Amino acid sequence: MRLNLTVNGRAMTADDVWEGESLLYVLRERLGLPGSKNACEQGECGSCTVYLDRVPVCACLVAAGQAQDREVGTVEGLADGEELSTVQRAFIDEGAVQCGFCTPGLLVAADDLIERVPEPSDAEIREALAGNLCRCTGYEKIMAAVRTAAERSGGTSGSGSSAGGDRT
Amino acid sequence: MKPFDYQRATDADSAISLVSGDPEARYIGGGTNLVDHMKLGIAEPGKLVDITRLPYDSVESLPDGRVRIGATVRNSDLAAEPVIRQRYPVLAQALLSGASGQLRNLATTGGNLLQRTRCSYFQDVTTPCNKREPGSGCSALEGWNRHHAVLGASERCVATHPSDMAVALAALDADVLVEGPDGQRTVPVTELHRLPGDEPERDTVLRHGELVTAVELPSLPFASRSRYRKVRDRASFAFALVSVAAAVELVEGTITDVRIALGGLAHKPWRATEAERVLRGAPATEETFRAAADAELAAARTLRDNEFKVPMTRNTLASVLRELTRQEGS
Repeated sequence: MRLNLTVNGRAMTADDVWEGESLLYVLRERLGLPGSKNACEQGECGSCTVYLDRVPVCACLVAAGQAQDREVGTVEGLADGEELSTVQRAFIDEGAVQCGFCTPGLLVAADDLIERVPEPSDAEIREALAGNLCRCTGYEKIMAAVRTAAERSGGTSGSGSSAGGDRT
Repeated sequence: MKPFDYQRATDADSAISLVSGDPEARYIGGGTNLVDHMKLGIAEPGKLVDITRLPYDSVESLPDGRVRIGATVRNSDLAAEPVIRQRYPVLAQALLSGASGQLRNLATTGGNLLQRTRCSYFQDVTTPCNKREPGSGCSALEGWNRHHAVLGASERCVATHPSDMAVALAALDADVLVEGPDGQRTVPVTELHRLPGDEPERDTVLRHGELVTAVELPSLPFASRSRYRKVRDRASFAFALVSVAAAVELVEGTITDVRIALGGLAHKPWRATEAERVLRGAPATEETFRAAADAELAAARTLRDNEFKVPMTRNTLASVLRELTRQEGS
């Protein structure tokens, strides 16, 4: 099939796509966007988290055919050119990254949380990140990064990224 | 994963004919369970018919007070619906206690109902399992069975149903609307799932090609005071060891009506009719709550690793009833 979809605000096309391959495979192997990571492939670990029609999902569970004509936002869309998003900057500043494999999924999940809940409680942060597994950090630095990102976003209109699209 | 054909259905009739005419075909919604099974080798459909773009993605309040939930409404969207949060909090709470945000954003109402057990032997194709491979035996009977059933199990299968949403729907007396090659029918959600008996491979009473199109909730005004409590090994993203869905109508300290369903205990969402019978017309006291739990659990049969589920259910049910009746009276 010819797959048409919008990725990070740009119309994209891929040819000779098998409808049954995963959206994650399409992004990484056909569209040159390897930011979303391929780990458990069962929706457990969250390393492949992307926005699909403005809500975070596991791209490993979405068939390419199901993504036809839909809007996808990936970790590559968080930054504005060389300017990192608030969440990305906070992850660096708080040392929330070790091996980095879970980081893209966590960044998308955290970006979504701050968009929905500008001043999240610790319980809300933990619940929002429950679907993203990290085997290095023990999560404390990740919690700190999300708190910092929320503070820097001013508790008003989210993290400043546009990867999730206009949800107002 | 075995290669398969993919077709996107544009209307229910074509979806049903595509699946019912092909024994190898399956419907796919959010894919959060079926895609796992395809990767694990548990399911090997030759064709997937995508139903996510059928017009079943809305929640409607009907003139007679019922609420109709389309089969493709996503779990996170359903939990956020004002009519669900206000009139059926037990359902919103159950939905939000299931899976992770990413999965709730994909999972559909129909798919959640039809998800299969997370029994570790069912999911491991190298071990015998009567549900996956009829006649091969049950590895859980003598194996690691901490998560397994204490009510309604058979010698063939001791698996539990994993859904939280379905437990709330069972308590609410929801109906499941089904369309198939022979027309439409309505199945009470309490009769949708089967006990394992001699055919544990059959999770539900649905026939091949039948499609869940909607779930309907009865008006049930007292469900505005309802709760879902889930006990699990960690605070999020884990299946229930035990769960309780309950709604109580209280008049001057007497329980005049009640709905209870239990999760994590059986091959299906377990409607606690024995407990309801004890509670209906009785004073809302600790003694009544304990008697109700004991009546329901009298039939419990435990395995090596799951004895804890009986006292855990008794305590959780009493706690939920205490909370609901205290709030109602205050």
